[in-house]
Amino acid sequence: MAEPSSFQNSIIYLDGVTVDYDGFKALNNLTFMVDYQDKELTGKHADEIVKLGIGRKFQAPSIYGNLTVWENLDLSLKRSSKGVFPTLFGKSTAEERARIEKNLETIGLKDYAHTRAGSLSHGQKQWLEIGMVILQDPSLLLVDEPVAGMTDKETEQTGQLLQSLAEKHAIIVIEHDMEFVRQIARIVTVLHEGTVICEGTVEKVQADDRVREIYLGRQKVAH
Amino acid sequence: MSDGTTDTNRSGGLGFAVVGAILLVVMPLLNLLPPEDSWFHLSDFSLNRFGKFLAFAILALGLDLIWGYTGILSLGQGVFFGLGAYCMGMHMMLTIGKESVYGSDMPDFMVWNQVKELPFFWKPFYSFPAAVIGALLVPMAFALVFGFFAFRSRIKGVYFAIITQALALAAWLVFNRNDTNLGGTNGLTDFKQVLGYRLSEPGTQRALYVITVLCLGATYLLCRWIIRSRAGRVLVAVRDSEKRVVFSGYTPANYKLFVFVVSAGLAGLAGLLYAPQVGIITPAQIGVLPSLEMVIWVAVGGRGSLAGAVLGAVSVNYGRSVLTNYFPELWPFILGGLFVLVVLLFPDGMVGMIRKGKSLLTQRKAAEEKPAVPDRKVAVSEGKR
Repeated sequence: MAEPSSFQNSIIYLDGVTVDYDGFKALNNLTFMVDYQDKELTGKHADEIVKLGIGRKFQAPSIYGNLTVWENLDLSLKRSSKGVFPTLFGKSTAEERARIEKNLETIGLKDYAHTRAGSLSHGQKQWLEIGMVILQDPSLLLVDEPVAGMTDKETEQTGQLLQSLAEKHAIIVIEHDMEFVRQIARIVTVLHEGTVICEGTVEKVQADDRVREIYLGRQKVAH
Repeated sequence: MSDGTTDTNRSGGLGFAVVGAILLVVMPLLNLLPPEDSWFHLSDFSLNRFGKFLAFAILALGLDLIWGYTGILSLGQGVFFGLGAYCMGMHMMLTIGKESVYGSDMPDFMVWNQVKELPFFWKPFYSFPAAVIGALLVPMAFALVFGFFAFRSRIKGVYFAIITQALALAAWLVFNRNDTNLGGTNGLTDFKQVLGYRLSEPGTQRALYVITVLCLGATYLLCRWIIRSRAGRVLVAVRDSEKRVVFSGYTPANYKLFVFVVSAGLAGLAGLLYAPQVGIITPAQIGVLPSLEMVIWVAVGGRGSLAGAVLGAVSVNYGRSVLTNYFPELWPFILGGLFVLVVLLFPDGMVGMIRKGKSLLTQRKAAEEKPAVPDRKVAVSEGKR
């Protein structure tokens, strides 16, 4: 962990944070930070943090159900101003439309551009939301359990999507599905009852006795 | 409500032209041309009454923007309506002049209340343009200040509904007081003229009707333009998922404030057109109950559809006008029952019902055509061979 003096430059800096729900410890006296260029984020509103290049994908799909897929993406696109009047008079440029087209291809929803987003399948909604986050040009993407509730095939496709995005964006994914983690992860940090118990490559983490005990069922590992 | 945005795209042009022609040309001609005993004759009273409904429709469009599209329930639209109507009313009070009951330059109620000098805030209303601009800007400015604090404090959902209802109650109390110098419980009435035209003349009322239709048309186009713009889609997005709107980089509070101010301006415009056509404005028209009724217009017509808002305002008010003739005491119950019925059975209002009926018809049509489908398949496979 870094020296406290450098925490101003971090996107996330937690020091001795404990969160628990009815006795279950989600975070246990955790100190944690992620470097983020040299921008001050403390005390900023969510919409300002978004403008600094951090995108967030929620666990449950959070999209605009009554707008079309295209409109969902169009609203999410990074623009110089998102104030009321520029948005009221704003027209789409050819370049913006091309970006949305390309994005539709990336997230595999090309044939659904003019479908109401609310009528997409669960997996498609998740991809749409990932697409919306990418269009904001974030340098860092925070993704919360993207494959919860997905079929195996959808899970694999989501993994490929995230891997292709990892070329241009830093991504932090929170996930329990170990199969999926194996597919996408470069560095894994394992938390158990709110405490970091292991960090490293997938191989290292999987070889760790405590991780095996906790995540591969509670049987004792043979000595 | 489900596809409010696409609805306005499809049914735009032709319907607008047809309804516009009927309201703007056919109705006034039916009033002017046929002899009074003819079946086709539209009486001065009916035309004037219809003009009032259309003024209400302007308000309903504004309410639909904020409630139907953005999902913010405002129970205080009556206040903005009242501010608009009172601005126009004050101007008309000041133009009564010596014709008043007491023959004084001062409005009658001031003479009666022994107010010696015209209060300062009445003075700008000698001017007609000032009254018109005031009727629009006063409600908008009021909504701007009120909305700024409400939305900055992240008051939303049912809390916003309650706080706007409190606003309606407060406004009602203030307007009722004689000290406010706005005519107290009796409000402003006994208007004689606007810009020198006598309000008692059918011609003047016909002109006011035409102006109302034109304002309604312009309002409809304005609302449609807002809804179809990217900002309009942000409004729908705020309704669907405000959290995501924040993470898409927008500030929802600013968009809510914008739509609240627009809806207040439209309510003010409705009040401005209402006062000269009806000839009286009292606190009874701006309190909690009228504000609730306005919500019912939109609910009955179909929120999230601009045509629905207009349809709801006109039909509920027409129903009120007819039914209160026969059962004046029953009206609140009918209105309440209607609201419950619509919310439970037809959440998309009359427009939703029409849409459902249409889709049922096309389904039936498709079912009737079904036997033909296998034949076609055979034909295709034969063609392949």
